[in-house]
Amino acid sequence: MKVILRNPRREVEVAGGRRVKDVLRELDIIPETVLVIRGDDLITADQVVRDDETIELRPVMSGGSA
Amino acid sequence: MKCTKCRGTAILELRRHNAAFCAPDFLAFFKNQVKEAIRKFRMFERDEHVLVAVSGGKDSLALWDVLIEEGYRTTGLYLDLGIFDYSVASKAKCETFAAAHGVPLLVVAVADAVGAPVPVIKDVTRRPPCSGCGLSKRYLMNRAALEHGIPVVATGHNLDDEAATLFGSVLHWQTDALPRQSPALPSTHAKLARRVKPLYRLSERETAAYAFVRKIDYIVEECPFAKGATSITHKEILSRLEDVSPGAKHNFLFGFLEKARPAFERAEAVTLNECVRCGQVTTGTLCAFCKLADQVKRRA
Repeated sequence: MKVILRNPRREVEVAGGRRVKDVLRELDIIPETVLVIRGDDLITADQVVRDDETIELRPVMSGGSA
Repeated sequence: MKCTKCRGTAILELRRHNAAFCAPDFLAFFKNQVKEAIRKFRMFERDEHVLVAVSGGKDSLALWDVLIEEGYRTTGLYLDLGIFDYSVASKAKCETFAAAHGVPLLVVAVADAVGAPVPVIKDVTRRPPCSGCGLSKRYLMNRAALEHGIPVVATGHNLDDEAATLFGSVLHWQTDALPRQSPALPSTHAKLARRVKPLYRLSERETAAYAFVRKIDYIVEECPFAKGATSITHKEILSRLEDVSPGAKHNFLFGFLEKARPAFERAEAVTLNECVRCGQVTTGTLCAFCKLADQVKRRA
């Protein structure tokens, strides 16, 4: 499956047929720090993503202040 | 995962609330949290005009969207920081949003007010970029509110922003900063607009999800100067804590607001004067903004 990451935008290929939470663990990404987008929808971390699918992991952190 | 409310397919899990929601129930949850914030801190009345400070990011545009949806009379304020392509793109997001919703947007350029854009201010002052930027923004938000007779300025600060700021203040025991950290700061002077943060109950993951579900076109890229900012490091640390202990951020911030802040508030007593040059409120004689503008003039 293809995973789109941002800041900077890049793509990685990982094994599919697994739950989102397993993919996040492999990529060392804390679930609380991203939205998981498949097509036009958000999906939860227990959803299984097939090998031929693409998901975007969009970081939610913003800011800078001091 | 099923929606806690309707048992439909959930789009987002909120571990700290031990809940998950489908899109419609998530939007309802989000709006209820904003309404609760406004009610609890009496941020503004139904008929009050609200100046919404917008950056083009998810938080401020989500805030503006909710307030419009709830029928409030709003005006947007975009501060053009002059940070290269980032500012060009973020301004376009705000203009597109305002046009699509038929709401007014004020645009003020930091360079016109201070004499130089944020990248130059950063070099001139040799302070962290967010420092001069934040100072300029707070000053210009208040000035715009006064000039347009708007009593209250709303910003998109979320639960993560507030928890990270509190964490930074507590790490250094900046006790002068603690009483000022509140979801609502009343007007304590005729020339100070009220400042409110209606998203303080919502995490940035929730504001991002709201913006996504509502199809708000926001700037996903970070400010190029935010990289390495201390507040970002604090956010990362708190997110690791939240991961192993859901609700940690919420309890940290809400516990402070309910139990600790009142003690620090009593200790604070400052005299407010009007700046001898610009007339805006300061604790000294010449305000920090005018000092910054002087520094820019001398060095630029």
